[in-house]
Amino acid sequence: MLFYAFAGAAVIGSLLVVTQKNPVYSVLALIASFFGLSGLYVLLEAPFVAVVQIIIYAGAIMVLFLFVVMLLNVPREDAAEWDRAHPLYRPMAVRIGGALALLLALELAWALSRTAGLGGGVADQHPAVSSVAELGRVLFTDYMFAFEVTSILILIAMVGAVILAKKKEE
Amino acid sequence: MAIGHYLVLSGVLFSIGAAGVFLRRNLITLLLSVEIMLNAVNLAFVAFGRQFGTVDGQIITFFVMTVAAAEAAVGLALVIGLFRHRESLNPEAFTSLKW
Amino acid sequence: MAEIIAWVTSPMFIAYATLVGVVFMALQISAAVMVYAERKVAAFMQQRLGPTRVGPQGLLQPIADIVKLFFKEELRPKAADAFLFSLAPIISVTTAFLAFAPVPFGAATTFFGLLPEPMALMIADVNVAVLVIFAVASMGVYGIVLAGWASNSKYSLLGGLRSSAQMISYELAYGMSLATIVMFAGSMSLREIVDLQQGYWLGFIPKWYIFIQPVAFFVFACAGIAETNRAPFDFPEAEQELVAGYHTEYSSMRFAMFFMAEYINMVTVSAVAVNLFMGGWHGPFIPVEYGWIWFLIKLAFLLFCYLWLRWTLPRFRYDQLMSFGWKVLLPLATVNLLLTAAGVLYFGL
Repeated sequence: MLFYAFAGAAVIGSLLVVTQKNPVYSVLALIASFFGLSGLYVLLEAPFVAVVQIIIYAGAIMVLFLFVVMLLNVPREDAAEWDRAHPLYRPMAVRIGGALALLLALELAWALSRTAGLGGGVADQHPAVSSVAELGRVLFTDYMFAFEVTSILILIAMVGAVILAKKKEE
Repeated sequence: MAIGHYLVLSGVLFSIGAAGVFLRRNLITLLLSVEIMLNAVNLAFVAFGRQFGTVDGQIITFFVMTVAAAEAAVGLALVIGLFRHRESLNPEAFTSLKW
Repeated sequence: MAEIIAWVTSPMFIAYATLVGVVFMALQISAAVMVYAERKVAAFMQQRLGPTRVGPQGLLQPIADIVKLFFKEELRPKAADAFLFSLAPIISVTTAFLAFAPVPFGAATTFFGLLPEPMALMIADVNVAVLVIFAVASMGVYGIVLAGWASNSKYSLLGGLRSSAQMISYELAYGMSLATIVMFAGSMSLREIVDLQQGYWLGFIPKWYIFIQPVAFFVFACAGIAETNRAPFDFPEAEQELVAGYHTEYSSMRFAMFFMAEYINMVTVSAVAVNLFMGGWHGPFIPVEYGWIWFLIKLAFLLFCYLWLRWTLPRFRYDQLMSFGWKVLLPLATVNLLLTAAGVLYFGL
């Protein structure tokens, strides 16, 4: 039952992100969606991921988004001519985009419907590994290289963001 | 819950994110849609990790989150830079290669 | 159906339901008491009398304040975003209450044998409690940011923007100091961390982490004050510059909710500090079953320090706040974390 509640929150949140005109509402809907996902991680016996999801995504990344949206202060999307027009009169690019999205959804549905062994319970075969200590051990031994590379990635992103957002001095 | 439930949910979220990227005309919403797609993938990783009883799924989730953070930082910096030039968030406003 | 009734009427269920109710009411009342204490302490420090008219020594002043807030007119600017304007104070106060859930405030007790099994004096015993508190605290910023944005007023917006920048900056140092303690204790459960601080060195120095990790405590205290937007870090509502910051446009109960959230957050940060650094409910003279008395004493002391700081220190400048957070506090917390890690590895603590 909890699964459907959290899944519903995640799906409705994501739908609102895509359909809202006001970016502030989009950001808030995405946060609601993240809370749904966090609940699902708890159901999957990964409490650490659930908490990190809230801390990093909802607590840091989304604050950054909200900050930028408020800073730019353009609440409404520029409603172009074609945006208010009848769906069939929209430009080719948008129609192709919609077709592509639909195609992707159909492909995913097709792939899932042809995969065997989806009926078994997710917790049936193995006991859960939810201890933070075990997570840390694997992260800093088996995934050491990836971890270090990620730290460099973050550093580069930070420098890049500072340079990009800096006002050029004339 | 069956693994199939989680995969279907993950697929639905990914499709919603993809639809957002294809259909919306607002740079901020585009970035948010990308976040939805990343999260859909995270869900599948954690669900598979639970099924196979390993921590690898959770660990890859952390890497995805780190990349998402980097992407958001650089993406938003780009958005701010672009907005300074054109006072618009519509990607169609940025069609010229040079200004 | 019978099972549900049996479960609902079982002593443990009733005990937990009562506990939740008691904590909820205590947090609300603590906000009222803190308002009174704040005014009295401020008056004392400025050689005034403070509230004296309502009740003996002005003791009924909080009730008068609450009644006044209830009957004020609810105002909303015409251009404000109606939905978010109402949502923002709700987010603020909800996160404030929620953050207290994983905080233990006493040893497990059976209430003099009333209960079949001992009950931990906390709402939710989660094994990643430290992280949950951190996560919920990081949600609090949304109430302030949304209030600032939805009010559609320049002062509110500036207050909201300042607070989001401030909270993001100080959260890092806050997290680093939490990580130091988690690493030192080897546990993320607040209950276990408190129990590790039992006992004395040399017979009289309590084994509190504040003595081993003074730097972590300093960082935690600074970041905690900044997270709760209290002076000297009260930029989001700096009245000389921003009227009242993010809650300029709020009145009546909506304003009261922000006010309550601020005081409850102070209580939560102090309670976490007591648990992490000052040995929680352990102390001399009082048996551990009555440990909550020690907890309340320590909590009251830290809350007094909050007021003390507010009425002693002038406010920082905004650029000083930012450079202090990024150039002093964060490097300090990181170095402390690294040194502690080395120490834990070397001495095998």
